[in-house]
Amino acid sequence: MAGLMAGFGHYTHAVVRGIPASLAKEALRTSQAEVDLTGARTEHDAYVEVLRTKLGLEVVELPADESLPDCVFVEDAAVVCGETALITRPGAESRRRETEVMKEALKDLNLNIVEMTDENATLDGGDVLFTGREFFVGLSKRTNQRGAEILADAFKDYAVSTVPVLEGLHLKSFCSMGGPGLIIIGSSEPAQKALKIMQQMSDHRYDKLTVPDDIAANCIYMNLPDKGHVLLHCTAEEFPESVKVFEKLKDHMLIPVSNLEKVKVDGALTCCSVLINKKANI
Amino acid sequence: MTTEAGSETEVKEKAEETSAQPDQSETAEQEGQEVANVEGEEKEKGKEKEGKEGKGITRYLPTWFKKQKSQSQTSPTKEVPPAGEPVSKATEGEEEPAPEVNGHAEEVEEKEEVKSEEAKEATAAESDSTASAETEPAREEKVEDATAKSEETTKEAAEAEGAEEEQKEKERQGHVEAEADGGESQTSIFQSPLRLVRKNKMKVVVCRVTLLDGTDFTCEVEKRAKGQYLFFKVCEHLNLLEKDYFGLTYKDSHDEKCWLDPTKEIKRQIRSNNWHFAFSVKFYPPDPSQLTEDITRYLLCLQLREDVSSGRLPCSFVTHALLGSYTLQAEFGDYEPDQPRPLDFISQLTFAPNQNKEMEEKILELHKSHRGMTPAQADIQFLENAKKLSMYGVDLHHAKDSEGVDIMLGVCANGLLVYKDRLRINRFAWPKILKISYKRNNFYIKIRPGETEQFESTVGFKLQNHRSAKKLWKVCVENHSFFRLNAPEAPTKARFLTLGSKFRYSGRTQAQTRLASSLIDRPAPSFERTSSKRISRSLDGAPVISITEAGSETAENGRDPHLELHSDSKSLEDEIASVLLSRRTAAEFYSAAQPQRSVQEPTLDAAATTCSAAAAAAAPTAVCSSSVSAPSATEVCAPQTEAAPADYTSSDTKEPAKTPEVEIEETVVIQEVSRAVKLGLVPVTADSPATPPAEPEPKPQDQIEKVEEEAAAVEEVKPVKPERASSESESEEEAEYQPNVAASITQTKIPEEKEEEEEEQMTKEEEQQQVSPPVVPAPPVEASEPAEELSQEEEEEAKKEDTSVVEEKKDDQEEKESGRETEESTDDPMVTPEEAPEGLILPDETLGAKPTEEQERPKMNGEASLVEVDPRPQVICCSEPPVVKTEMVTISDTFAAQKTEIATKEVPIVHTETKTITYEAAQLDGNGDGEPGVLMTAQTITSESLCTTTTTHITKTLKGGLSETRIEKRIVITGDCDIDHDQALAQAIKEAKEQHPDMSVTRVVVHKETELAEEEED
Repeated sequence: MAGLMAGFGHYTHAVVRGIPASLAKEALRTSQAEVDLTGARTEHDAYVEVLRTKLGLEVVELPADESLPDCVFVEDAAVVCGETALITRPGAESRRRETEVMKEALKDLNLNIVEMTDENATLDGGDVLFTGREFFVGLSKRTNQRGAEILADAFKDYAVSTVPVLEGLHLKSFCSMGGPGLIIIGSSEPAQKALKIMQQMSDHRYDKLTVPDDIAANCIYMNLPDKGHVLLHCTAEEFPESVKVFEKLKDHMLIPVSNLEKVKVDGALTCCSVLINKKANI
Repeated sequence: MTTEAGSETEVKEKAEETSAQPDQSETAEQEGQEVANVEGEEKEKGKEKEGKEGKGITRYLPTWFKKQKSQSQTSPTKEVPPAGEPVSKATEGEEEPAPEVNGHAEEVEEKEEVKSEEAKEATAAESDSTASAETEPAREEKVEDATAKSEETTKEAAEAEGAEEEQKEKERQGHVEAEADGGESQTSIFQSPLRLVRKNKMKVVVCRVTLLDGTDFTCEVEKRAKGQYLFFKVCEHLNLLEKDYFGLTYKDSHDEKCWLDPTKEIKRQIRSNNWHFAFSVKFYPPDPSQLTEDITRYLLCLQLREDVSSGRLPCSFVTHALLGSYTLQAEFGDYEPDQPRPLDFISQLTFAPNQNKEMEEKILELHKSHRGMTPAQADIQFLENAKKLSMYGVDLHHAKDSEGVDIMLGVCANGLLVYKDRLRINRFAWPKILKISYKRNNFYIKIRPGETEQFESTVGFKLQNHRSAKKLWKVCVENHSFFRLNAPEAPTKARFLTLGSKFRYSGRTQAQTRLASSLIDRPAPSFERTSSKRISRSLDGAPVISITEAGSETAENGRDPHLELHSDSKSLEDEIASVLLSRRTAAEFYSAAQPQRSVQEPTLDAAATTCSAAAAAAAPTAVCSSSVSAPSATEVCAPQTEAAPADYTSSDTKEPAKTPEVEIEETVVIQEVSRAVKLGLVPVTADSPATPPAEPEPKPQDQIEKVEEEAAAVEEVKPVKPERASSESESEEEAEYQPNVAASITQTKIPEEKEEEEEEQMTKEEEQQQVSPPVVPAPPVEASEPAEELSQEEEEEAKKEDTSVVEEKKDDQEEKESGRETEESTDDPMVTPEEAPEGLILPDETLGAKPTEEQERPKMNGEASLVEVDPRPQVICCSEPPVVKTEMVTISDTFAAQKTEIATKEVPIVHTETKTITYEAAQLDGNGDGEPGVLMTAQTITSESLCTTTTTHITKTLKGGLSETRIEKRIVITGDCDIDHDQALAQAIKEAKEQHPDMSVTRVVVHKETELAEEEED
C-alpha cells in the first residue's frame, strides 16, 4: 500500500536486450567512432550482471534483433512508471519496431500498457526524466510536443513539463536522477540551461550535482531494500573528473559501470535498461 | 431610560421573534422603522432641513437628541432615563423605530447569545451593536485610509478591543465580548443595523447554497447583505471554523462560476435573481495535514472527491482506485466481507470520470486493506495522496499566448502555471512575478529579471474577454495574497488612480488562518460523515454535517471573532470589536485625511518620488516612535520593524507584507504630513530622525493647522471627485497588482516556495533588500520599483488633482495605519504585523506616522468640511485617502451591505477624500427609522459643522440637532485626538447604547470609494 509517488528508485525488475551485430555498422550515431562489437557486448554483459547479481533485480533479457541495430537501447522504447507502461513511438523511423517486443515483455509483467498510436507523436524514452514527483520531457530531434502530451495523458498523476533540448541527442544525454530530489547535471551550457528550465518549471526543489562531463551525468539511481541508495555511474577510466564528483556521495553505493563502446553510438547507462517496480503501488 | 425600558421590552419581544426568524424580524423592524420614519418625517419636516436621512433622524431626533446628548456628554455607561422616557412617551411610532433598532441589534445578539437577557442588557447589547455598526463605517473609513484593508481591519479589531478595554466598562465589555462570542450573530447584528438603515430597500431573499455533500442549505438573507454574511451562515451551519480555505461561488450571467466577494453585496454580484450558490474550497491547502480540525479535512475531502470524480483533478487509474478505497473506508468503515454483491453497491458511487468494473474491483481490493482505519485517518490518507497530484489546487483558465495558441493558465499556491494540452510549458512562481495586471482582455505579468538578465520582462496572455481577464487577475491576487502574504494587502491607492480595480484579497491569509486554527481548542465537533450524495446516491441526502453541539458553535463564534479580527476586518465579530476603536481610528483618519488633503497638493511631487514610500512606512513607525524616542527616522524605523516582528511572533502570525504600492502611498502621505506639520515633514522622509520626536508634541498644533488645511483640502477634494469617478470607470477596464513586494516580504517569512535554490536565494536577497530599505532611507531596488510604478501610474492616470487625491488617500492610509499601530500595537498581534511591514518597508514612516496621526486629526476637521457635502447624520464621514479608503470601504461593506450604497460614491483613489460619505444607512439601520433619504447625506452635510464637530469631538452631535446627529457626535469624537476620541467614542457609544438602545449608531459617514471599485470588480 505504498502511497502515491512513494518509493522513488524502488525497482524489482529490469528489461534489457542483447546487442545485434548490426550495431557496429548500422546503429545511429552522432559521431564516426569505430565500435568494437565484442567490447560492446562484454560491456553490456557486465552491465546486466550488475543488475542481476549485484543488485538482485529480476532481469528480463530480450533477444537482439539484427534488423534493429539500436535495439539494445531499450529505454527509448518504453516509459514505465508505477504500474503503467507507455510504449513509445521512437523518433527514429528505423527504431519504431523496437517497441513490439518490449510491449509483449511489459505485458507479461502485468503492467498497464498505454500505446502511442498517434502518428504525429514521437517520443524517445531517453528524453523522459522522471524525478519521482514529476516528469520532464525533452523536446529534441527524437521527441515532439505531441509525444509529450501523450505521456502526460498516460501519467495523469504527475506534472509533465517540457524542456527544449538544443544540443545532444536526448534530455538524459546530460542529466539524470542521482537520488530523490537530486539531479545530476552536466556542466555544459546547454545542460545548465536545461537545468534552469527544469527548476523554473517545477514546484519542487531539486538539489543538483554538477559533473564536468555531460555524458557522465547519465547515471542509474536505485533505492533498494537492503542496499539503500545505489548509483551506477561511469568509470574513472572514462571520466576521471566526474567520478571524483560522484565519490563525494557518501550515502550512495557507487558502482562504476564501463560504457566505452556503447557511448560511441550515443548509448548511455540509462539507455540499456527499463527499470520496473512491480510493487510500486499497492 | 423609560423609553429604553419600553424599547427594551419591545426589543425583547422582537428579539425573540427575530431569534426565531431573524430575517423576518429584521424586516419587521424595518417596516416599523419605516413607519417611525414616516412619523418622524412629518414631525421632522418642520424641524429638519436635512434630506431623507434627516427625516429619519429627525423622527428620532428628539429621543436621540436627548439620548445622544446624554451619551456624548455623559460617560458611555451612564444611561439617560429622562431622555429615554421622553422618547418612550413620544409617539408610539417613534418608540417603535427605536426599539426596532434595538431589536435588530438585540435580535442578532439574542440569537447568538441569550434571548432571555434582561432588557437593559439587551439594550446595552443593542447599543453596543449599534456602536459596532457605527464603528463599522469608521472602520470602513479607516480601511479606505489604510492601504491594506485586512491590515486595517485587523488593526481596527485590535484597536476596538483595546478601546473596549480602555473603556474599562466591564458591563459593556461583557456585552461586547458576548457579541464577539456571538461571532456570526454579531455579524448579523452589524448587518441588521445596516439593514435597518436600508430598511426601505430591506428585503429578504432566500439563498440556496449547495454544500459539498450535495445537499442544499437554504437561508434567508437580506437582499442587500454582503457575501460574507451568507458565507458565515453557511459555515455556521457546517460548524466550520477553518473557513478561510472555502468560499461561495455563483454562476454569472454567462454561466461561468465566480467567487462571491465577501465584502460586496450579494445582489450586486450575482446580477440576477438566481440566489443559488455553491460552497467550495477556494484555497487548497498544500498540506492538509496541517489543518487543525477533522471537519475541515472532511470538507476538503468532499471537494476533492468531486474534483476527482468529475475529472477536474486528473489522476491515474491506480490513484483513482486508491482514493476511492479511502473514500469507502471513510464513509462506510471496514470492508464487510458479508456484504452482498459489493460491486453493485460500489458501482452506484462515482469515483472517476471513466469508472469501470476493473476500477471498482481494485477499489474494493484496496478497501479491504484499510481495515481498522478510522474515517479521519482515511480522510488524511486520501488527502495525502490527493495533494501530490500535479493539478491539486490548480485553477485553470483558458487563454491564448502571444501567438494565439490555446493555452491554459493555472493559478495555484506556488504561482502561475502555463499549460498547453496538459503539458506544463512554463511556470511563474509568485516570487518571480513583479506585477499582475489586466487590461481589457489582456492579462499581463511582469517577471523579475533572472540572474543573467538585466531587465524585467512582461508576459502577456489573451483571455477570452475582459471578464475572464479580470476574473483571472482576481484569482491571482487572491491566491498570491492567501499563500504568500502574512497578512492581506490593502487595496492600493495609486492603483485606483492608475488602474481601475481596487480589488484585493480581503480574507485571512494562510499564515493567519493557520495561526487562528492553532487557537482552536473546542472539542472536535462531531459531524455525520454521511457519504455525499455525489458519491453515493444510494445514501440519504441528509446533510453531511450537522451541528451537533450548540456549545461548539458558540465556541466557534467566540474564537472566530478573535481570529477574524486579526485576519480580516470583514468578520462581523471583528467589526464589533473594532467598533469603538474604529471610531477612534475613524476620527484619526478623518483628521489625517483632511490635513493630507491640504498637504496633498504639495505632496504630489513627493508622491512621485519613490522615497515617499519609505516615508509612508514611517507612518506606522511614527506611532511606535512616539512611544519610543526615535533618534533618527531610520533608527526609528528599525525599532518599529523589530517591534512589529516581535508582535507577530507573539501572535505567531507572520508580518504582513504590504505591497509596494501601499508603501508608496504611505510615502506620499508622509510628505503631505510633513507639509502639514510644518515640522519639515519633507526632511522627515529624508531625515526622518528629527521629525519623529517632534511629531508627537506638535500633533495638536499640527492638527489645528491641518484642520485649516483640511478645509482647503476639502474644497479641493470636491473637484477631484469627478475625476475619481472617471478613474473608477477606467479601473474596471484594467487593474494592477504587484505581488512582489508583498511576496518578497512574505517570502522572507514564509519559505513555502522553494523553486530553484538560486531563485530562492535571489528572492530572499531581494526580500531582504526590501525589508532593509525601510531601515535605510535609500529605497531598495524593489521598493524603488514599486514606487516608480506608482509614480508612473499616478502621472499617467492621475491628474494633478488626482495625484493629490492619491496622496490624500495615502495619508489616510498612513493615518489608519498609525492609528492601527497605536491601537493595535498593544492589542492585536495581527494588526501589528501589518503595521510592522509598513514600518519595515518605509523607514521614514515612523516620522511620517506621527505626523499622519496629527494629520488625521486635522483631517477630521477637513473631513468635516467634506462632510458638509454629506448630510450631517452620517457625521462619521471618512475622508480617507483614495486607496486606503477603498480598503476601508470594502471592510465596512463586508459588514453591512447597506453601507455599500453610501460607499458607492467613493471614488477609488483621490476622491476618497471627498469620500466623507455619510453612512446614512448605518444610522438608518441603527435608528431603523432612518429613511432611504439618509443616503443623500453625503453632499448636504455641512462640512464645517462636521469638521467642527469632529474637532470638537462629540459636540458635533449637537450640530445634528436631530437625534441622528448622534452619529455626528461620534464623528466629532473621532475628529479629536485619537486616544481621547477613542475613549470618548467608546464612552459615547456605550452611553448611547445604554441610554437608548434605540439610538444605536445609525449613521456613519464614510467615504466609500470601494463601492465604485466593487462595481468595477463586479
